[in-house]
Amino acid sequence: MITAHNLLLTALRSPESMISFKLAEWDLLVRQARHADLLARVCVLLEEEGLLDMVPREARNHLESELMVAKAHGRVVRWEGYQIQKTLEHLKIPVILLKGAAYVLGDLPPGRGRLFHDVDILVPRNDLDAIEEALLRNGWMLNHLDQYDQRYYRQWMHQLPPLRHIKRKTVLDVHHTILPKTAQFSPDPLKLISDSQPLNGQGCLKILSATDMVLHSATHLFHEGEFHYGLRDLVDLDRLLGHFGRDNDFWSQLLARADELDLSRPLYYALRYTRAILGTAVPEQIDLNALKRRPRGLAPTLMDFLFYRVLLPDHPSCKMTYTRIARWFLYVRGHALRMPLYLLIPHLIRKSIKRRKDA
Amino acid sequence: MKVSNLSPIGLARLLGQEGLNLRIGPFTIRLHSCIRKVAENIRLLYAHYPIQNNSAFVDFHISLAQPKNLRRWVRPQVLFLFDGLSPFRPLPLDQAFSLFEWGLNWCVAKWANQHLIVHAAVVERGGYAVIMAAPPGTGKSTLCAGLVAHGWRLLSDELALISLEKGRLTPIPRPVSLKNHSIDVMRNFSSTITIGPETVDTAKGVVAYMKAPDESIERADERARLAWIVCPKYLKGVPSQLERRSKSQTFLHIVKNAFNYNLHGLKGFRTVASLVDTCHCYDFTYSSLDEAVRLFDKLEPPQDLAK
Repeated sequence: MITAHNLLLTALRSPESMISFKLAEWDLLVRQARHADLLARVCVLLEEEGLLDMVPREARNHLESELMVAKAHGRVVRWEGYQIQKTLEHLKIPVILLKGAAYVLGDLPPGRGRLFHDVDILVPRNDLDAIEEALLRNGWMLNHLDQYDQRYYRQWMHQLPPLRHIKRKTVLDVHHTILPKTAQFSPDPLKLISDSQPLNGQGCLKILSATDMVLHSATHLFHEGEFHYGLRDLVDLDRLLGHFGRDNDFWSQLLARADELDLSRPLYYALRYTRAILGTAVPEQIDLNALKRRPRGLAPTLMDFLFYRVLLPDHPSCKMTYTRIARWFLYVRGHALRMPLYLLIPHLIRKSIKRRKDA
Repeated sequence: MKVSNLSPIGLARLLGQEGLNLRIGPFTIRLHSCIRKVAENIRLLYAHYPIQNNSAFVDFHISLAQPKNLRRWVRPQVLFLFDGLSPFRPLPLDQAFSLFEWGLNWCVAKWANQHLIVHAAVVERGGYAVIMAAPPGTGKSTLCAGLVAHGWRLLSDELALISLEKGRLTPIPRPVSLKNHSIDVMRNFSSTITIGPETVDTAKGVVAYMKAPDESIERADERARLAWIVCPKYLKGVPSQLERRSKSQTFLHIVKNAFNYNLHGLKGFRTVASLVDTCHCYDFTYSSLDEAVRLFDKLEPPQDLAK
């Protein structure tokens, strides 16, 4: 599956192998990593291994340039966290940072060298109105959406329509659960919230427990329809598993929690593909077949076919036969998982008409 | 080996097949294009640039291509591709070369954050450089072109690359973009300069490029020390006038015109602060290019910089 040209996977699996790269290979690695949004991450890996000084100057410029961007993103996210806390503190409710923001404020390994497009939080559904009001009063605005989009979000989605801060221009996604109301599986968000962990010195801000953080990351990746940053998200999972997995009890807790939350399908994929693509050290004795919701019959073979394509770097040098079809198929699947067909089809038609009008 | 060593056919073949490896300042660019106008402009305006044969590492893989749809035949367009990604909307095919220049600016401004990058023209003389930072439409490029035609060394007409260690300026000499009226101003100003073909109806009006002097290209590895920061402004009918500008105002002016100041944190602050501290800072208003150039010739570097 990993072709000789796939230097990014080689680099992610074994950072020390980069040292023997020739200049032409650095050229290709920088390009693959840039397309996958992983340029800064590669730089962090080299730094962690103490190998950055051995990287040829030409390539190092590009790596360090992007790490600078990632560090600036990190500062912005910390500041956003502080602002959110200040705005919502008086409501006395838990505000759980999700994904990237949790990795950065929780000082977890995937936070280093990561780029951000928005900040995600999870809050109790009952407090949603109070939260929206507090945010709107403090400079967050509903992004320019028409009435259809607004209704679509509020009626069917697992989050408010995205909010943008009027001055800082940052985007905030407020979730009340981790999957749309219409999705096949519906994990109880209150279980996630009640298990969340406080962040030191950050007032109402919290992060998910170790197992739930992995499960959410897996759910987010394998329920998505767009895989442009698929490999980046898979690397996040790899780093989380590497970090939490040092505790021996973690793995059995993870499997049990997945069954409890009805999220063992995405966990199955997460463990299968981090192991296969990134060589993540998932213990041998972890039996994926014991998971309740594992795919059966032809499904695993089909999913292998699709995921081994879309999870590779999105660069022309990594394209395999049928990569485009795989991307399209998973796009449709992502939507089908979110909502039943009788809702999905009118929605997609509407979106495509709108896109044509806008173009 | 330089671009001028290639025959027109050789150049077109290189551009259309394996790509032309141009060395432009501190960067290697691999340019692909089958578009005739691109080849013609490169041949004229990049004649003196070094070609790097078999360059193993390329900073920016750039291609200018026609979209593969109906627009290939009906009102043809051109796309800027950065390693296969298209960060901009396509433009009319006529503007292919301008799109290359604008796209390359974007590449540097976005992917070369090892420098503090300011939207400014930079020229140097006698070892001292002047930075001219100003929003578009203030006559920055025209002034830059005038100074360069008058013997100042061109470092850049768009991008000041400032090192974060010592605040030195890295040259990235490229054709100077002239817009609308300033094209004729430059034609009348000097007979020794070369100006490429005009492109009409761009977002900025009529655009033409003035070739960078050979010497500026040959000395592209020589970094320069900054002595003056000038905020130029073209005003009809005023005499040329340099007026001291406060250091704090100048600081804010540089930050406002920087592309990536926010990325550099404390280091960026210190770099700009120390440049502003050591340089002479001026507001400059002018209406005649001749007068302006004479005034710049008389600029004295700050004394404690002379060491």
